[in-house]
Amino acid sequence: MPYGLTSMLAGLTDRSWLWLAAECYLVGLLLGTFSLLRGRRQSGLWINSFIAAGYLCQVLGLYVRGRAVGGCPLGNTFEILQFTAWSAITLYFFVGVTFRLSLLGFFTSSLAATLTLVSLAIPAWDAARREHIFGGNPWIELHAALALFSYGVFALLALTSGMFLLRHYSLKSKQPGGAFSFLPSIFDLDHISVRLLGAGLALMTASLAVGAVYWLRDTASVNPTKLLFTVAIWAAYAIALGLRLRGVLLARRFGWAGVALFAAALLSLWPVDASRHTPVPSPAGRTVPR
Amino acid sequence: MSGECLFVLGATHHTAPLAVRERLSLGAGAADALRAELAGLAGLREFTVVSTCNRIEFYGVAADASVAAAVQRAFCVRQNFSTAEFEQFRLSLSGPGVLQHLLEVTSGLDSQMLGETEIFGQVKEAYGLAQANGHTGAVLNRVFQKAFQAAKHVRTTTAITEGQVSVANVAVELAGNIFGSLAEARILLLGAGEIGEKTAKAFQSRGAATLSVASRRLERAMELAETLGAFALPFWLMPVKLADFDIVVCATSAPDAVVSRPAVEAAMRRRPARPLFFIDLALPRDVDASVAERENVFLYNLDDLARIADENRAAREAELGKCRALLAERTAALWRQIEPRLQAGPGVRGAADHRTEPV
Repeated sequence: MPYGLTSMLAGLTDRSWLWLAAECYLVGLLLGTFSLLRGRRQSGLWINSFIAAGYLCQVLGLYVRGRAVGGCPLGNTFEILQFTAWSAITLYFFVGVTFRLSLLGFFTSSLAATLTLVSLAIPAWDAARREHIFGGNPWIELHAALALFSYGVFALLALTSGMFLLRHYSLKSKQPGGAFSFLPSIFDLDHISVRLLGAGLALMTASLAVGAVYWLRDTASVNPTKLLFTVAIWAAYAIALGLRLRGVLLARRFGWAGVALFAAALLSLWPVDASRHTPVPSPAGRTVPR
Repeated sequence: MSGECLFVLGATHHTAPLAVRERLSLGAGAADALRAELAGLAGLREFTVVSTCNRIEFYGVAADASVAAAVQRAFCVRQNFSTAEFEQFRLSLSGPGVLQHLLEVTSGLDSQMLGETEIFGQVKEAYGLAQANGHTGAVLNRVFQKAFQAAKHVRTTTAITEGQVSVANVAVELAGNIFGSLAEARILLLGAGEIGEKTAKAFQSRGAATLSVASRRLERAMELAETLGAFALPFWLMPVKLADFDIVVCATSAPDAVVSRPAVEAAMRRRPARPLFFIDLALPRDVDASVAERENVFLYNLDDLARIADENRAAREAELGKCRALLAERTAALWRQIEPRLQAGPGVRGAADHRTEPV
């Protein structure tokens, strides 16, 4: 597959589309921040419009990258962060519409802006990528996509957990006014967080189940570091859900768990990434001046 | 010089004390009779009567300024109130001042509870009645419709309606912050006093699932429960049943705390994942303050609620200047539209433009 395939869709490169996406998410974040600072209820229409525009640009950017690399673009840290942000936004469209949680759009655009801008701002993360990581096997590709999609769910869980902690703090400290007044109720946030945890865990379990089939056939095909970190993250989320359902991990502790586990999941990407095979230059390395 | 004049005449909580407003208050029958009388008043082209617990106001379009005095006389005679005394408490405006006043009234800026939205419905109802009876015409129709638009604009572009300003409503709002919808919230009212009853009613008006009343005197609890359409609960059962409730409104006159930490601990062991919200309106306090340290338990006392209400009130007051400026712009624009109509008078506007047909 030629890596120079960059002039599709209005002549913009994959990174150009992804920059546009990041800027749209950033505008959503700035609009939301401006509304909060003014103490005004947010206009969901404007923020959602920018999120939708960003999402569209990101889909195009990932599509161009996918065409260039001949598969799901999950070959380096840059692509993984982009895919995680994309997953979180995809989930937001379902969760936001279903549960209509106030401020979730603002927090989601904040997370997406952070992940995409940071990934774009560090060229080293996209200087090289691993080739043929799926070995031409669509099941392995599904395994990777499911795993990253579960990270998107956990990203949203981290957001709802963070919102829960803010709301909880405002109520306990008896300062429910100001920007806090626009947050959803703690009951609703707790409810949606439990559901997201269940959904994320189910996706990750499915991903690991698909991967396990191939791992059992050839145990040497999977790097032990990757296996260790992935299973550890999965187990941590499973334990969190078990403790929540048993009424042990509740309220603030459950909120902190949602935030901390996602931070751990993100940090685990580095040792996993570093432990893999020798990379080759990424399409961006040739096509996008940085 | 205007062919007709636009005026407002009446008394409000700004101009008249409660005792006077009580005497000026129009009952339903008296209001109907007065409207019928005003409909036949010579020179009164259009009118609307806005009557609430805090104001009685007559908005009118008249052939000349003397008609307002005739409206005043008709009202005072019907209320058996001397005209001279009425003039001490009177609100009387004409021209663009009427527009600014109506826009402020409709937006809740002139209300006793700044920013309240009930007045919007009351003005709309008064206008609807006048329109249905054919008492309004081209001028008042435009004025009232623009007033409703302006009120909506102020509500959506400023924070004048943000935050509750009464203790009972602050408590209900806090419950919403904890539980979201109150449709599944079970409320327990401890004590059968007035403030507790008011708060319980506020919860009922927001659609709380169930309400139970517990009082040391069971017969009093049963009496209040019947009034509120609630359940009565023997007081001694309260600690055992605590886990069955989401929101506990405490308003007893007990000298010591009636809700202890061990009772709350026991309740939370039975419902660890579901928050429990105590609203302690009693003095001395009914709830052991240390229960607030427990995870998923929220405790607000009378001082907390009053402070939040005060903060909200101050925040609304801070918006007042901005709201008035917004309304002043709209008043000026509206006056530019209706002034030519007033100057033209009904002869030029045409008979069909005078008063709307009764619906």
